[in-house]
Amino acid sequence: MNSKQMELNKVEVWDGNTCNAQAFRQAAVDVLAAYPITPSTNTVETYASFHANGYVDGEIIMVESEHAAMSGCVGAGAAGGRVATATSSQGCALMVEVLYQCSGMRIPVVLCLVNRALAAPLNVNGDHSDMYLTRDAGWIQLDSFNAQEAYDLTLCSFKIGEHKDVRLPVISNQDGFLTSHTAQTVRPLSDKVAYDFVGDYLQVNAMLDFTNPVTHGVQTEHDWHFEHKAKQHAALMGSLFVVEEVFEEFEKISGRKYNLVESYKVEDADVVIVCLGTTYETAMIAVDAIREETGIKAGVLAPRLFRPFPLTQLASKLQNVKAIACMDRSAPGGTVGTLYNEVAGALFNTQARPILKNLVYGLGGRDIIVNELKEIFVSLNEEAKNGKLNGKIQTLHGVRGPELSFYEH
Amino acid sequence: MSNQKVIKNLKTFSTAAERFEGSHVLCPGCAHSIIVREVLNATNDNLVVSAATGCLEVCTAIYPHTSWDCSWIHIGFENASTAIAGAETMNKVLRKKGRIDPSTPEPKFVTFGGDGATYDIGFQWISGCFERGHDFMYICLDNEVYANTGGQRSSSTPIGSSTTTAPAGSTSYGEKRNKKDMLAIMAAHGSPYVAQVAPNKWKDMIKKIQTGFDTKGPVFINAMSACTTEWKFQPHETIEASDLAVDSLVFPLYEIIDGTELNITYRPKNIVPVRDYLAFQPRFKHLFKPENEYIIEEWQKRVDAKWEYLQKREEARV
Ligand SMILES: Cc1ncc(C[n+]2csc(CCOP(=O)(O)OP(=O)(O)O)c2C)c(N)n1
Ligand code: SF4
Repeated sequence: MNSKQMELNKVEVWDGNTCNAQAFRQAAVDVLAAYPITPSTNTVETYASFHANGYVDGEIIMVESEHAAMSGCVGAGAAGGRVATATSSQGCALMVEVLYQCSGMRIPVVLCLVNRALAAPLNVNGDHSDMYLTRDAGWIQLDSFNAQEAYDLTLCSFKIGEHKDVRLPVISNQDGFLTSHTAQTVRPLSDKVAYDFVGDYLQVNAMLDFTNPVTHGVQTEHDWHFEHKAKQHAALMGSLFVVEEVFEEFEKISGRKYNLVESYKVEDADVVIVCLGTTYETAMIAVDAIREETGIKAGVLAPRLFRPFPLTQLASKLQNVKAIACMDRSAPGGTVGTLYNEVAGALFNTQARPILKNLVYGLGGRDIIVNELKEIFVSLNEEAKNGKLNGKIQTLHGVRGPELSFYEH
Repeated sequence: MSNQKVIKNLKTFSTAAERFEGSHVLCPGCAHSIIVREVLNATNDNLVVSAATGCLEVCTAIYPHTSWDCSWIHIGFENASTAIAGAETMNKVLRKKGRIDPSTPEPKFVTFGGDGATYDIGFQWISGCFERGHDFMYICLDNEVYANTGGQRSSSTPIGSSTTTAPAGSTSYGEKRNKKDMLAIMAAHGSPYVAQVAPNKWKDMIKKIQTGFDTKGPVFINAMSACTTEWKFQPHETIEASDLAVDSLVFPLYEIIDGTELNITYRPKNIVPVRDYLAFQPRFKHLFKPENEYIIEEWQKRVDAKWEYLQKREEARV
């Protein structure tokens, strides 16, 4: 590397966007192609300032749209180097076509997705609509609950996606504003430790290797398409084990332990909240409070890995639970929430068939506070005791006006 | 400077080592394949090629086969230009970082798109790449129609053409608008070199392609690509159809250097009436009905006016 190294303090005060940019810098990304959108803009701005001050010797392509950003990333990745970008919401929606093309070609791009609601109505704040939109795009997806994790998991994303058995793109999710714009204490790795962890880029089928010309992005018919997709799915499912391996390696250099499924006090819990993102940390506070105040055995669980979904790992943690509230932070679009479906799918074939309800909450950045989560635990506890749901399967939690609940049980 | 071939005559040119192999499933007589061969055979440089979704792409890289003996990528319909921009940027970075030996010759970056991909859906991406000044050559295979999806109009489809989405009928003469002037638009982007070429005028084409390869920055080439299937002539008549296009001046051959210096590169000895060009192609058959003949007259007037304009600009150097 010819770029200047950055002297970092043991503890820095960074927001989530800075964490993304620092991880990009330390991984020595070769090409970044990007387009601004709130709340991920600052990732690219911060990275551009690193570039302008000699801390980055890769190139930035400031393209004219997010579709082009991802197209540039795919072209650059196919040429044979490390690539990354960041986006949110409408930008992610505009990228979707290329997300499928990227994973189908097995180009290991890293995308920092700063989660935000999708219009209409236009809303710049955080929910998980964009994460859910990309659900089936064939990308590995990690979810961080705070800025430290955004930094750590973005670094891990390069190592996971570029692994020779994986070769798939990775989305590193974080909550818009709650993580992306909140200054938090972060313990970074030194530039050298971080780069040594991520490692040199593994070149596979590079277009700039002229001794081995390659054809990328072919046309297939029914005779081969299924086999291509099957192999891609097998690689995606197999990445789960690589994620575990990378998490173990990361623990060795950082002391920070990550799991496929994160949980707090679930081992002896009767009632559990399952959620994604920052809500996990709020729920941990609610768990402690409700346990102390009422003795209700509450717990919280969140998949760290959204894709491939750690179905069996999640199910095994929920075997002794009596009632679960699955929290979906995305407008559900005519069915129960995505996370609810995943958890239901995970539990259906197991001995445990707990009461399972779906709470849609926090859309467009609406807060969820500790007291609300405590109330959810109280009502879950009643349902656990009575052995049945009190109300319908799905409720739009905290929406103003008459209660909105759906699906009889 | 690029590592260009010295091309003396058609015989040696046509027997040059191929990087675009014959094993494709383009229609017999398709000009796309003629143009691509001429482009790839014009240079010995290493090439990185991207192709937009369309006839060329779907007919030349069907797994497990490929016609391309060079680095090649297809992503989508609209973003072939940006794919090359990414690869071109990566080349710069890897050389700067020493992961590619800087003493090895620079490769050339080329994008092929159909007129639909170029004039319509991919326009924004091309515009972005040209504004940013990526070092590549964009070649539009202009057959004036969405051929791969079965013959719908594009903004390159000329007035009076009957297409599946602008069909001629009892109350319509087909396409109502004139073809977009893509060359003027690309010159206005500040491109150092733009040109129109046709595969029948192969010497002129090779010269322009080689100039394009030698030019730093984004180069735009509009290649007239006669389509036997949608223009509805016989497969062996491709070159004849192309001759009529350039000799009638419906498709004039010229170049614009740095947005100002305009050179006409082919002046037909005998200019053919536009009628003859149209009469050759059944897509214009209905224009010869008495009630539609005025379209042919207007077309002739426009071709004359454009020719006059090109000559004046050539002279004025503006
Ligand atoms: C986003 C998107 N919209 C539509 C299509 C369908 N499509 C594929 S090729 C094509 C037409 C290609 O026409 P053109 O670019 O003129 O190239 P040609 O086939 O004539 O060479 C269309 C409409 C697509 N692949 N992607
Ligand atoms: S439809 Fe036209 S452009 Fe497409 S392969 Fe056939 S002749 Fe070529």
